[in-house]
Amino acid sequence: MFDLTPDEWIAIGLSLKIAVVATLVALPFGVAMAWLLARKDFWGKSLLDGFVHLPLVLPPVVTGYLLLISFGRRGAIGGFLADHFGIVFSFRWTGAALACGIMGFPLLVRPIRLAIEAIDRRLEDAAATLGADRLRIFLTVTLPLALPGLIAGIVLCFAKALGEFGATITFVSNIPGETQTISAAIYTFTQIPGGDAAAGRLVLVAIAIALLALVVSEWLARRAGRRFHGE
Amino acid sequence: MSMLAVDVEKRLGNFSIAAQFDTGAGVTALFGPSGAGKTTVVNMIAGLLKPDRGRIILDNDTLFDSARRINLPAHRRRIGYVFQEGRLFPHLSVAANLDYGRRMCGLTADPAELRRILALLDIGHLLGRRPGKLSGGERQRVAVGRALLMRPRLLLLDEPLASLDTARKREILPYLERLRDEAHVPMVYVSHHAGELRRIASSVVRLDGGRVAAVGGKELLADADADAI
Repeated sequence: MFDLTPDEWIAIGLSLKIAVVATLVALPFGVAMAWLLARKDFWGKSLLDGFVHLPLVLPPVVTGYLLLISFGRRGAIGGFLADHFGIVFSFRWTGAALACGIMGFPLLVRPIRLAIEAIDRRLEDAAATLGADRLRIFLTVTLPLALPGLIAGIVLCFAKALGEFGATITFVSNIPGETQTISAAIYTFTQIPGGDAAAGRLVLVAIAIALLALVVSEWLARRAGRRFHGE
Repeated sequence: MSMLAVDVEKRLGNFSIAAQFDTGAGVTALFGPSGAGKTTVVNMIAGLLKPDRGRIILDNDTLFDSARRINLPAHRRRIGYVFQEGRLFPHLSVAANLDYGRRMCGLTADPAELRRILALLDIGHLLGRRPGKLSGGERQRVAVGRALLMRPRLLLLDEPLASLDTARKREILPYLERLRDEAHVPMVYVSHHAGELRRIASSVVRLDGGRVAAVGGKELLADADADAI
């Protein structure tokens, strides 16, 4: 039962690659967005907040379709990126990473924003009197104090990216070896006669990865928490 | 000779501050009842709050001048600040807290100076601890050390004993007296407690309702209700 076929290994490796890249690329944007929403007041802030959360409430197929018409080869953004930078998203694993990153983005931003909002700003004032400019206050005080929220956001985004199905399959289809992630592969196996065993194996792999991510994040969060309250 | 010259105006809601005073070497007490605007004035000196109008000059260096549109940001003023609640960084060890200002100001490490201040405040045995594991008195001593180690031109202390009980106050005051006699940094010491100031202050600025009510020596503390520490 547990002899995974080469195709299944490829789907697992591809899923991990897509989820890791999606999370890492989304991370700096997520931190910047979280800081902006936590600390700045500007016109249209609630509109931006709503826009960030849109992928959470829209049907994933709708997000995938919007990506297809904007980031596809003939889309406004996709065409520009392909012509000027040679970056192509449609029917590539990079497109899957884009879809996963956007679907995971609200889950990444929310815990980081809450963590930044919870920080005692008087500590940042103290850092300023000690000679730290705004960037260094952010790097040495704000970001380290927001670490538990950062970890939570990364894990949620990674988990979402790993399991994302609707937007990915709509945007970049289900191509083995290029865009066929674990989820897409399980779906494919359930559609063909005799695919139950293969689907079952991948289901167990998906459960194992998700559990491992949860355990690791719990451990990291506890370590970060201990740093604030103990020796 | 005047080291610090303050002449500021600031309106906050329906409370307004208009304060003008100079301070010299030693410890200048900024004295007055709660709500007199003491912390607000000190925050303007530190650069954490912008005055509406006026000037703040430290050692011939203009920190703020509304007429000339000068407003040096807090991180470039080199003014140490000891807050009422310490405000140590909870994610850093005591050693890293002490070293923070030196690193941010880009000063070279000075082991002799560090040893001197650790001894002055008796905090050498705390270096490996986290702020969460310190007593109130230890926390305030580390906060004083952290401000001193950035080699400030001026040290601001805003009610540094207010969060402590009487026993802890008695424990810390001798350190502050040593600091006054040995550290050679001019200080502005905010308090509403005459007994505390009588031990530490060399001159007194009395603030009331956002205005300077009197400037002078310790005799200004005499008529205040004088429960000694």
